[in-house]
Amino acid sequence: MRVWADFTLEQDDAGKAVLTLSGPLTVSSIGVVDRALREYGGEVARVDISAVPEIDTVGAWTVWRVLRDHEAQLVGASDKAERLIAAVSKSRGDGQTGAHRLPLVARTAEGVGLLVTGWGAGTVRMLGFLGAVLVAGWSILRSPSRMRWLAVVRQAELVGISALGIIGLMSFLVGIVIAQQGAVQLEQFGAEMLTVNLTGRISLRELGVLMTAIMVAGRSGSSFAAQIGTMKLTEEIDAMRTIGVSPVEALVIPRILAAVVMMPLLGFYAALAAIVGGAFISSFTLGIPFMTFLLRVQEVVPIHDVWVGLVKAPFFGLIIAMAGCYQGMQVKANAEEVGLRTTMAVVQAIFMVIVLDAFFAVFFTEVGWG
Amino acid sequence: MNESDIEDIREDVADAAHNRMPGAFKGEFPIVVEGVRNAFGEQVIHENLSLKVRRGEIIGVVGGSGTGKSVLMRSIIGLQLPTEGTIEVLGEDITAARDDADIDIRSRWGVLFQGGALFSTLTVAENVEVPLREFYPEISDELRREIARFKVVLSGLPEDAANKYPAELSGGMRKRAGLARALALDPELLFLDEPTAGLDPIGAAAFDALTKELQDTLGLTVFLITHDLDTLHEICDRVAVIADKRVIAVDTIENLLTLDHPWIQEYFNGPRGRAAHAAQHQSERPDKTMDKPAKAGD
Repeated sequence: MRVWADFTLEQDDAGKAVLTLSGPLTVSSIGVVDRALREYGGEVARVDISAVPEIDTVGAWTVWRVLRDHEAQLVGASDKAERLIAAVSKSRGDGQTGAHRLPLVARTAEGVGLLVTGWGAGTVRMLGFLGAVLVAGWSILRSPSRMRWLAVVRQAELVGISALGIIGLMSFLVGIVIAQQGAVQLEQFGAEMLTVNLTGRISLRELGVLMTAIMVAGRSGSSFAAQIGTMKLTEEIDAMRTIGVSPVEALVIPRILAAVVMMPLLGFYAALAAIVGGAFISSFTLGIPFMTFLLRVQEVVPIHDVWVGLVKAPFFGLIIAMAGCYQGMQVKANAEEVGLRTTMAVVQAIFMVIVLDAFFAVFFTEVGWG
Repeated sequence: MNESDIEDIREDVADAAHNRMPGAFKGEFPIVVEGVRNAFGEQVIHENLSLKVRRGEIIGVVGGSGTGKSVLMRSIIGLQLPTEGTIEVLGEDITAARDDADIDIRSRWGVLFQGGALFSTLTVAENVEVPLREFYPEISDELRREIARFKVVLSGLPEDAANKYPAELSGGMRKRAGLARALALDPELLFLDEPTAGLDPIGAAAFDALTKELQDTLGLTVFLITHDLDTLHEICDRVAVIADKRVIAVDTIENLLTLDHPWIQEYFNGPRGRAAHAAQHQSERPDKTMDKPAKAGD
């Protein structure tokens, strides 16, 4: 059971209002008295706290506020209470606790303005980042001993090897879905053998690489952004600079290289897993033996389909790594921004990958690799 | 204002408030650590460590880097569960795993972490409001905001710092803001992890004076981890020395100086220790401790 502080308001002999507080005046007991006194609109000439056994800074503040607002006198204060009141009275105490905010109209205008300038500044920063990456890449080309191969291998392991399980499983399942759903439709024309063409070509041309890109953006793009962003917050990046290590060379280039190298490998692996998934389901539902399905794939899929998939993959890897590293480098201020930037890295990466994929689709058809 | 209005307010407040909120701790030792063992993998930090903190004292905790001062603090406030031993805080066993029940103690201590550990998405004043909201939801918004603002001033920050975000503050100001949050609930127990590290001498002295003032006026018990010899001499009632994985001595600095432990001798009688001691006893005999030569470390 909680104990609450209490108060009485009485007239003294001279007809002045006397506020008598009783009970402990602490943060845990102030609730009632504080609210009641805020609603009280009348006069207070004196405040008597001689019946207060215990007082803390919150109690002292409440007493002082009454003294200030009503220009009342304090009686019965212990030495401790007086010291506390003196301590808290240094603050005016009013005003907001949130950050300063402008009125809505001004804020809207300001928001729009910030958005526009932010867009412009973002483009400039993006170009700056691109430039920094190119410069770092060039200086590494000129003195290859500066390449951090250990970091590249480490990142390649994180981006590629440790993603094998999940990407394989995902592609296998996607292959099953394509073959099974394709077969249902193709059966209507009596062309269920074309399921092989469908599964083989779509996996190698499009889905293998695209699904891999989406998975890598989610797994590695986000981790690049979060890791570099946190390093920015803890001033690790600044520390690197002062030691003379270029953060772009040490952090960005290895990640980009790892993603560019691993994406084609992962994409090809994913396409194979999808074909195996298709063959697996076909052997049950279509009665096409597993090995026959694989042999048919060899016959019906033109080799340029493989090239189409493999050519796209490094570009996707580049986009994902660049987006992740760029967003990570933009982190300032606080932990919330790490989250925002990570989200932006993934969204940007996936969006740009799909846009680029659409360009590639048109391009390859135009050049005769249809 | 008539009686029925007040009755309404009483009901509102009682509805909003948490039911259980214990009174002040009346025992002699608010912190009792007994036989604690902390280990990270193979590395043993504490072995059979015991410590009793008296009510109303400022206890300084010293020890070389890596001797587990912060780990001890984390164990006491329940962030690190020791593998052996018991820790009682304000009469409650912190090592027994509990969830809901510990609302009792958590409202009665304030913790200042080394880097301030402010919530970076909230302003300083909003940081101070967090524990108030959590434990005392019955407090009106106006009062809560006023409390937040006067706590900010009380911990030595300018009034306009209340509306700023932690990222906009310097390291020293962040520490003060952390103190403001630690003091939000007028706790009985205050844990300070290197509060004066990184402050300028004037700011550090002011911080010391503030800690002392709070202890005097509010009867706080302060658990203070520090390397600042001036702080130790100036405000600590007793000093606990951690070495060899346990607390090897708890006493006033005068009495610690009589002990024959090499680390203690080097710590308090090293050049910095002597300077701080001399400053403290300038009026008596500045060279009192200087006739004892500093011993080489172990």
